[in-house]
Amino acid sequence: MLGLNKKDTTLLLVVMALALFAPFILNPFPEGSSLAQMFNAGYPDLMQRFVIYGILVIGFNILFGLTGYLSFGHAAFLGIGSYSAVWVFKLIGMNVIPAILLSMVMAGIFALLIGYISLRRSGIYFSILTLAFAQMSYNLAYSVLGNPASNYNLTNGETGLQLLLDDPRILGVSSVDGSLPVTSFFGLAMRDSYQLEIGSWLFTFNVGYYLCAIIMLISFYISIRIFRSPFGMMLRAVKSNQQRMNYTGLNTKPYLLAAFVISGIYAGLAGGLLSSMDPLAGAERMHWTASGEIVIMAILGGVGTLIGPILGAGFNEYFKNILSKINDDVLHAWLAFLPDGLENFFVGIMHYFVGKGWHLTLGLLFMLVIIFLPGGLVEGGQRLMKWFSRKDKNATETKTTPAE
Amino acid sequence: MGILEVKNVGKRFGGLQALSDVNLSVKENSVHAIIGPNGAGKSTLLNCLVGKLIPDTGSVMFDGQSVLGRAPYEINQMGISRVFQTPEIFGDLTVMENMLIPIFAKRDGAFRMHAIEAVSSETGINEQAEKMLEEMNMVDKRHMNAAALSRGDKRRLEIGMCLSQEPRLLLLDEPTAGMARADTNNTIDLLKQISDERDITIAIIEHDMHVVFSLANRITVLAQGTPLVEDDPENIRGNPKVREAYLGESA
Ligand SMILES: Nc1ncnc2c1ncn2[C@@H]1O[C@H](COP(=O)(O)OP(=O)(O)OP(=O)(O)O)[C@@H](O)[C@H]1O
Ligand SMILES: [Mg+2]
Repeated sequence: MLGLNKKDTTLLLVVMALALFAPFILNPFPEGSSLAQMFNAGYPDLMQRFVIYGILVIGFNILFGLTGYLSFGHAAFLGIGSYSAVWVFKLIGMNVIPAILLSMVMAGIFALLIGYISLRRSGIYFSILTLAFAQMSYNLAYSVLGNPASNYNLTNGETGLQLLLDDPRILGVSSVDGSLPVTSFFGLAMRDSYQLEIGSWLFTFNVGYYLCAIIMLISFYISIRIFRSPFGMMLRAVKSNQQRMNYTGLNTKPYLLAAFVISGIYAGLAGGLLSSMDPLAGAERMHWTASGEIVIMAILGGVGTLIGPILGAGFNEYFKNILSKINDDVLHAWLAFLPDGLENFFVGIMHYFVGKGWHLTLGLLFMLVIIFLPGGLVEGGQRLMKWFSRKDKNATETKTTPAE
Repeated sequence: MGILEVKNVGKRFGGLQALSDVNLSVKENSVHAIIGPNGAGKSTLLNCLVGKLIPDTGSVMFDGQSVLGRAPYEINQMGISRVFQTPEIFGDLTVMENMLIPIFAKRDGAFRMHAIEAVSSETGINEQAEKMLEEMNMVDKRHMNAAALSRGDKRRLEIGMCLSQEPRLLLLDEPTAGMARADTNNTIDLLKQISDERDITIAIIEHDMHVVFSLANRITVLAQGTPLVEDDPENIRGNPKVREAYLGESA
C-alpha cells in the first residue's frame, strides 16, 4: 500500500491506529478515580506533546539513526520553528498552516547554514560544533535579540514571544471581544474538543491533537520512504564506511547535508506545531538540555529503527508526566499501610525521585535501557517477541509428543 | 601512451622521501604489477593515483586528463576503482546492498537526491547487482551482513563492487595478503578471468611472486621510492639488479 512493502504497511497501520485511538488508549481508567489521576494520559496537551515530540525524534533519527552523525543542537531548530510560527500569528493571522510552513522554511535555512559549517568535521567535533551553534542561538534568543527596549526585539527574551492585543494580524483580527484570537485550521479552533462520556469514563477528542497526529503520520510515512530509498541506503553507507563511499565515486558531503537539513525541517515543523497548540515561544526550548533530551528520546526508542523515535518520545513524555505528578502526599497515601516510621523513611527517600526530582528517575531508566537494551525499547520488544515465540514452540512441541 | 602516465612523481613525509622521480606508464588492457620490498612506497604511489595523497612533484595523467587535485570520488567517476590492502566494504549493510551502491554511483553520479522511490523498485539496477553477485559466486550470501563474510569473500565482494562500475582501470593493493593458498589461487583465477573477458586495465601491487608471475604482463620494481626497472616478466625474473634488491631477499 502507498508504495510500501507489507511489513512497513503493517507498521504504518499500527501507528495510525494508535494515533487515532489514542484518546481511548491513554485513558484506561474511569474519570475521577485515583488511578486515572496518576496514569491517564489522554489529555489534549499531553497527547499533543506525544505526537509533536514524535515528529521531532523521527526527523532526528533520519540524521543520527542513518548517518550516525550525532547532532547535539537540534533544539535550536525546534526553537526557530516556534518563534517563526508565533511571528506569523502576530503579523499575518491565526491560521496554523502558514505558521507551520514558515517554521519549516526557517528551520531549513538555518539547518543549511549550521549543517554546512558543522559537517566540515565528523565524530565528536561535529557534535561539539552543533552544540556551540545551538547555545549561540539560545543566547541570541535569550538576550541579544530579545531586548524589549530595542527595535530588533525578535524573541522577547526571558518572557518569551507571545501574542498581544495590538498585533497587526493583517489577514485576521487583532482581538476578539477584547481578548486574543485563537489558533485555528481554517476556522477549526485548535483548542476545541469533543468529549465523549461512556459510563464513568471520559474521552477527549481535541482538534489540535488530531491535526498534530495526522501531520505525525505523514512525517512517519515520509521517513519510511526515505529509509527504503536509495538515498536512505546511501546514508547508511556513510555510517558504515565513508572511505569506501569516496572510492566508489560518491560525495558524502551533500548526502550528509541533505540529511541534516531534512532533520532540521522536521524539528522546525515540531516547533511550529508546539506554537500552533499554544502560541508562546521561549528561549528555553533551545537550551542544550532540550537538545540532550532529543538524543535521549532517540536512544531510548532505538536508534536507526523506524518505530523507535515514536516509542522513545512517548515513553519519555509519559513518564515525565507521571513522575512529576507524584508528590509527597501521594507517596504517603501509597505507603499508608506501613508503620509510621518506615512510611516517613521511604517517603523521604522516594521524595528525591518524583515530583520535581523526575529527572533522576528518568535518568536511571535511561541508564538501565542503555545497559541492558542497547537497541532501545525496540530491542526490548524484539526480545519479548522472540521469548514468546519460543514459548509457543515449546508448548506445541510438548503437546505433540504424547501423540507419537 | 599508456592509459595511466605517471611522471616524475615525488612525495615526502617529514624527513622521509617516500617517492622520488617515479615514472610509470601503464598500457591499456594490460596487467601491470608493481613489486618491491616493504616500505618501498608502493601503497604511497597508489594513494597518489586515487586522490588520497597529493604528490609534491610530478604529474599523474589518466586517459589524457590530470587526476591531481581531484577528490577521490571524482577520480573514481573518471573510471578508476580501487581495492584496498584490507577489504573496505560496507560492513553494516547486506551483501546485496554493497553491490547496489556502486551501481547507483555509476548511474547517478556523486550525489543524487533519490529519496522517495524504494531501492527495490529500481529493477534494472537490482538485476545488474544480482548478475554481479552470480559472477562472484555469492548469490546465496546476498542477505548476509557484509561484516560477517570470511576474509576471502570480503575480498571477492570488494572486487565485484569495483567491477560492477565497469572501471577502465582497476587498482589492487595486495589483494591476496593474508589469504590461504586456496583463496589466493581463486583470486588469481578470478583476476585472470576479469582481464581476459573485459576491456579493463589492471594495476596490481603484490608481494606474492606466484601471483605476480601468473598474472602480470608488465612489471615495475620499486625500491626505496624509485623504480628500479620496468620490464616484461621473463626479463624481470632474470634481472640481477632485481634479484639483489628484492627477489634474492625473499627467495
Ligand atoms: N601517511 C604517512 N605518513 C608518514 N609516513 C608514511 C605515510 N605513509 C607511508 N609512510 C612511509 O612511507 C614509506 C612507504 O610506505 P608504503 O606504505 O608506501 O610502503 P609499501 O611499499 O606499500 O609497503 P608494504 O609492502 O609494507 O605495504 C614507509 O616508510 C612508510 O612508513
Ligand atoms: Mg602497502
